[in-house]
Amino acid sequence: MNSSDMASPELGAVEVHGINRASFILRGAVAAGAVYGATAVAPYVSNALAQSGGSDLDILNFALTLEYLETDFYNVKGTSVGLSGEAKGLAQSFGDEEADHVAALTKAITAAGGKPVAKPKFVFPVTNQASFLKLAYVLENTGVGAYNGAGPSITNKEYLAAAGSIVQVEARHAAAIALLTGDPITPNGAFDKPLSESQVLAKAGPLIE
Amino acid sequence: MPESTTTESAGREPGAVEVLARDDVERKKFLTMAGRTMGAGAAATGLAAFIAACGSSRSSSSQPASTVSSSPTTGTTTSSSSAASDPSDLSIVNYALTLEYLESQFYAKVAQSGLFHGKTLAVLKSFGAEEEQHVIALHKVASGLGTPAMKPMGKFPIHNAAQVTALASTVENLGASAYLGQAGNIQSKEILAAALSIHTIEARHAATLNTLLKKSPTPDGAFAKPMSMAQVLAVVKPFIA
Repeated sequence: MNSSDMASPELGAVEVHGINRASFILRGAVAAGAVYGATAVAPYVSNALAQSGGSDLDILNFALTLEYLETDFYNVKGTSVGLSGEAKGLAQSFGDEEADHVAALTKAITAAGGKPVAKPKFVFPVTNQASFLKLAYVLENTGVGAYNGAGPSITNKEYLAAAGSIVQVEARHAAAIALLTGDPITPNGAFDKPLSESQVLAKAGPLIE
Repeated sequence: MPESTTTESAGREPGAVEVLARDDVERKKFLTMAGRTMGAGAAATGLAAFIAACGSSRSSSSQPASTVSSSPTTGTTTSSSSAASDPSDLSIVNYALTLEYLESQFYAKVAQSGLFHGKTLAVLKSFGAEEEQHVIALHKVASGLGTPAMKPMGKFPIHNAAQVTALASTVENLGASAYLGQAGNIQSKEILAAALSIHTIEARHAATLNTLLKKSPTPDGAFAKPMSMAQVLAVVKPFIA
């Protein structure tokens, strides 16, 4: 993104309209976020995405980015931070499941003739088991909101079935983690809230290097 | 994540269920968009609601409430393309409503049983309260589409804490599978959003109960498995009087 885009972010959103919106905006938002902080960018991204919803492949690639993030978090950070007991077992098991999500989404995108996004580099600001689990709770709940937010925009029934099958697992993860941290099992009450891509970016963006 | 007490704070859309449940204008929009159901619709009870939902065609039934047949019904429909055997949105919502009624009744019995105390009791009561909210919301959605399913008579064996916890796990995992099984059949985007927002709550409940039973929170592994209406009916049948 050039300096004039930074000066008027609305223009930046309009310019990319129609050209592989979601993944471009994600990369652009992430790049801008690195300079301005993700929250500064997110409000300007949301209008562009809200109207369009993104194509099915855009949505799958957005999901893939999140699944890469979760897999790295559990497998890499989960190993380096040093976990014990139930937290350790949970990280191993959930990491395996997130890796399966990565594989499935990559396969679906490729089979559809699309290009799976490259795995980003992540940085997770956690130093111990307690902060690891707290971030796990945030990430899983963000995943739930992301899939629920994107679901109604998915046009292909098989992708919708896959998204539903995956989001149920994310919600199960979130609840299991809540039982370890003492956080609410249902942080949104009786109805989980769908999140827009910009809202998801606000949570996940800062973790993308 | 902090709980939001307003549904329309800055940058957040109201949840789909909130919109549907509280907004008369929204409900009327669906009535127009989803296709008006002709006649009274089947205000079917309990088991009959499931049979009607499983067997119904794209249109609504025009049978009176007291008789429900298990064969597919036909009637006029104003909805657009869909296979004749696909359940209508009203059927799906009524199917979900019936399951939620049963869950709500189950948890009420559990709370009254005296078998649980302290934190576990608090968790079970909170789950029951959430199922009751699902009942209220789905009833409103169904009312906007046609005739909502009548409250079934649930019958649940309540013997001891371990057995009840296991039964709760069965019920919640079933609920999650049921919603997942219908996601692809829902025509209205708004109703789909509402169903998705409930589906993941059932999943949270199921994972919690599994964990209390020292079982995996993800019994199907990385990909949760859907269940069809017929499969769910088979499991639920013993719990409907």
